Amino acid sequence: MRALAVIALIALAVMAPGAALADEHEAVQGTITDPDGEPLADLTITANRDGAEVGSDTTDEEGEWEIELPEPGSYDVELDLDTLPEGLVPREVGGEVLSDIEVDEGQQRTLIFQIVPEDEQEDPATEPDEPAEEGEAPPEGAGTDSDTGVPGETETDLETPVPPQHAPFHERLAQVLLNGLQYGGIIAIAAVGLSLVFGTTRLINFAHGELVTFGAIVAFFVNAAAAGPGLHLILAIAVAVIAGALLGGGLDRGLWRPLRMRRTGRINMFIISIGLALFLRHLLLVIYGSRPNSYAEYQIQSTISLGWAEITPRDLTILVVSVIVLFAVALMLQRTRIGTAIRAVSDNRDLAASSGINVNYVILVVWMLAGGLSAFGGVMFGLTEVVSWDMGFKLLLLMFAGIILGGLGSAYGAMVGSFVVGIVAHLSTLWFPAELWNAWALLVLIVVLIVRPQGILGRKERVG
Amino acid sequence: MDYSSILTSGVYGALGPVAIGYVLAAIGLNIHFGYTGLLNFGQVAFMLVGAYGVAISVSTFGLSMWVGVLVGILAAAVLALILGIPALRLRSDYLAISTIAAGEVLRLFYRSSVAEPLTGGVYGLQRFGDDLLDLNPVPPGIYEVGPLAFTARDVWLMSVGWGLVALVVILVYLLIHSPWGRVIRAIREDEEAARSLGKNVYAYKLQSLVLGGVIGALGGMVFTIHQQSAHPDGFDPVVTFFLYTMLVLGGAGRVFGPVLGGLLFWFLMLSFDAFLRELMATGYIPPEILVPSDVGALRLALVGLGLLLLMAFRPQGILGNRREMVLDVR
Amino acid sequence: MSDRNNATAALADVAAEPGVAKPDPLLVADNVQRSFGGLHAVDVDHLEIQRGAITALIGPNGAGKTTLFNVLTGFDRGGSGDWRFEGKKMSRLPAHRVAHRGMVRTFQLTKALSRLTVLENLQLGATEQRGEAMFASVVRPLWRRQERAIIERADALLARFRLDHLRDEFAGTLSGGQRKLLELARALMVQPRMLMLDEPMAGVNPALTQSLLEHITDLRDEGTTICFVEHDMDMVMGTSDWVVCLAEGQVIAEGPPQAIGSNPAVIDAYLGKQHGAPPAEELTS
Repeated sequence: MRALAVIALIALAVMAPGAALADEHEAVQGTITDPDGEPLADLTITANRDGAEVGSDTTDEEGEWEIELPEPGSYDVELDLDTLPEGLVPREVGGEVLSDIEVDEGQQRTLIFQIVPEDEQEDPATEPDEPAEEGEAPPEGAGTDSDTGVPGETETDLETPVPPQHAPFHERLAQVLLNGLQYGGIIAIAAVGLSLVFGTTRLINFAHGELVTFGAIVAFFVNAAAAGPGLHLILAIAVAVIAGALLGGGLDRGLWRPLRMRRTGRINMFIISIGLALFLRHLLLVIYGSRPNSYAEYQIQSTISLGWAEITPRDLTILVVSVIVLFAVALMLQRTRIGTAIRAVSDNRDLAASSGINVNYVILVVWMLAGGLSAFGGVMFGLTEVVSWDMGFKLLLLMFAGIILGGLGSAYGAMVGSFVVGIVAHLSTLWFPAELWNAWALLVLIVVLIVRPQGILGRKERVG
Repeated sequence: MDYSSILTSGVYGALGPVAIGYVLAAIGLNIHFGYTGLLNFGQVAFMLVGAYGVAISVSTFGLSMWVGVLVGILAAAVLALILGIPALRLRSDYLAISTIAAGEVLRLFYRSSVAEPLTGGVYGLQRFGDDLLDLNPVPPGIYEVGPLAFTARDVWLMSVGWGLVALVVILVYLLIHSPWGRVIRAIREDEEAARSLGKNVYAYKLQSLVLGGVIGALGGMVFTIHQQSAHPDGFDPVVTFFLYTMLVLGGAGRVFGPVLGGLLFWFLMLSFDAFLRELMATGYIPPEILVPSDVGALRLALVGLGLLLLMAFRPQGILGNRREMVLDVR
Repeated sequence: MSDRNNATAALADVAAEPGVAKPDPLLVADNVQRSFGGLHAVDVDHLEIQRGAITALIGPNGAGKTTLFNVLTGFDRGGSGDWRFEGKKMSRLPAHRVAHRGMVRTFQLTKALSRLTVLENLQLGATEQRGEAMFASVVRPLWRRQERAIIERADALLARFRLDHLRDEFAGTLSGGQRKLLELARALMVQPRMLMLDEPMAGVNPALTQSLLEHITDLRDEGTTICFVEHDMDMVMGTSDWVVCLAEGQVIAEGPPQAIGSNPAVIDAYLGKQHGAPPAEELTS
């Protein structure tokens, strides 16, 4: 496995509404971190104009620096290489100098110095087409809005094994298929709940991603947080699943059921779920913070070989467990009383109600199931990548892709569709830059919607 | 507590170029969602192509900014057609998901290294608005209005921006109060009924998508030109959610809804922001509970909560009327 | 009632058998088929609708009446077959073009445009409006005069259907019966040659039923061809000039209303396969 080292990342001030109006002084600023995201202190940065130094600063404990500038204009900003720790270099040769930085009247420009280990430095002169890394490599410039510390998303890298580019095609194919299966399994577990909720209530729940994040974060707090009890991850998963189920159930009782009783329209409910998603997501950000973390166990493992492809024992376990969980859900839907009731409500709510099924109870169970499954999926996702405050939202569109591909409202379709999405995303990396892999999965979603809106497994409905 | 500084922050926010850009985009969205009933959740994509139409034309190809504006408008129209021709046949919730996905695909593409020679990738593009700034007729200096102070550049850009908003509002008023507006409102109510009366529903939806998309592109141009900087990550799906919040706050399907909603939205956002910072600075909120970097997240949480409560308790917004909302059968 | 009108007289010599030719057909349909999965919802070999007459389309539930309507009016584009309207090919035309040709339909579940006023609902029905083009719409002088004429026509129809006191109300506030009247008035704004009414009496109270019936026969007497789907046999008997009975997607019987009630195929369709639809005594009385 090749550990991917990226990134220095900075939240940026350019989009701040009113900021340019409120503050009148010009400055350049930024935050420098090492490839693991830890801040780098005591680095010296200087700003020069026409070769003459106009100001300098040293990064503090948080890796932050700021140089006030005398007036708007063009500056060269240089990071002193001698102050960098041993073994770390700018990502590109010559990357320590940012030339001709234009600063406007009243602007505080944020600048990015990307720091990587020495052996990953790129020389733009010799490797024009790099980086063909997986994951979305370079830093995110700015969050949606802010000087206010809402971080830009750090789209994290996959820690999945990737065979070297010179490996034979069939090995690379086998590897991406395996990676895709594992990714699809995680999407499927998280998406089944979304599909069941849609099936029983016709709600397109945009806040489903936050159930995923919630589970991952709860598990992190009881597992790896400094102030937490430090339970083993297996126990932490149990806690997270229970907490997720309670959150799901709570949302139904506290929000969705009252709205159903008031006969709120489908589109209004959809928009309400967007509000809820924004609310929960940023609440989680305040509580959890913007820095991604990992769980305490199963972090560093060597891969085992499965013939053409290789996988870590952790990822293999995740793949196997997700398949088992999906089977269990299918069995429950098929064989148990509540499963039958869920299918009946999805099929025809009024008919189910008139044949004596307590629809509200069934929907409550579905929400709890959705909460628990998403929480579980969240932990799995956090385990393969990292736990971050917006991980669920990143997964959300892929979950939608999965359930629509499989035919909206069909739980089995959601499972199949999610695997397809996972595999398509990873397959695209064979031919296209890996930073676009999610884009490919979404493109597939759009194409399927247009060509076959009823999904792969769905049937054409009777019209009129 | 410095209440006047809290209020001035709010007013700056409400009048500033970001608010102007968002108001324009929300006016476009109002044509889609408020009048035609199209659930477009990819309005940010139109802002993106508008902004980058200008940025790429100027920064990458060295063309005039005015050519860039035309390119941006054209790009928005083309995007509307590419998206609309297939997607407008879909059910409304499918349309929502495919438009939001299309927006994300575009953003991911614009920020990718593949597109970097054109778009600057994650670093974005800078300095493409000089043509507009050079036209500034306002003599340099600081202009004070009560506690507010504006530079000559701000005065110029805000006049252009709000002037554009006024023009677009007049245009929308004329459109909506015409037989054309009657047809798109009918489509919002029931497209089959409109079809049974001989209206080519599909063509009208496409016209609506193009028109609202072009207005959204103008919005994207306004605030990136002001900032002289375009970044793909400034165009993530949350922007569209903001637009919906503004629209629902003011009143969807009202000509002035997005304008009023936008002013109020940015005023509330930024004065809340300043208020929290003030509370922290003065020690009312100890640093153990909140640190200044949480403020941005908290105000977004507040937007979410606001949207939720509005939709649940006053879906007609400030300008809408309850009676009309009860008749909303969707 | 209206047995001795021209339309009835014109159809007097037509044989009561499925697919029979009419002396002056407005709509001629051949091989109209529509299936869902394996189910043939509609499978009509030949059907002619007489100009200037009221033709009723009856049949038990699931006989394919509404589906046939949807296919003929372009709302269901999944069907196949050939049909001509006024001698011109109309098959596979999209719904709005069908309406332009002069064949206008209403819906079983009334589609009032709730948040448009009653007047606006009617205005919408007028065709060839210059102000409906996007660019022309912002230049008021281009369409102001036409708009005035449309309002005049709409007001006349509102008065005729006794909806004038509701002119500026939102259509969504109207009662079920008033909505049916509104929908009919709105369809007339298109100036149709043929009206296709899908269960015009469903959910209308008896008092309004009578006035609706009168409106329909009046329209026929003014020269509009009418085809409607109906369950209420009283209305079929009293109003129609000709009755077509569908079962399992096929035309199983045709004839004047008096003859159709005693047609064994019709009784069979209602009783033999679909217990309970309209009661037998209504059919045979």
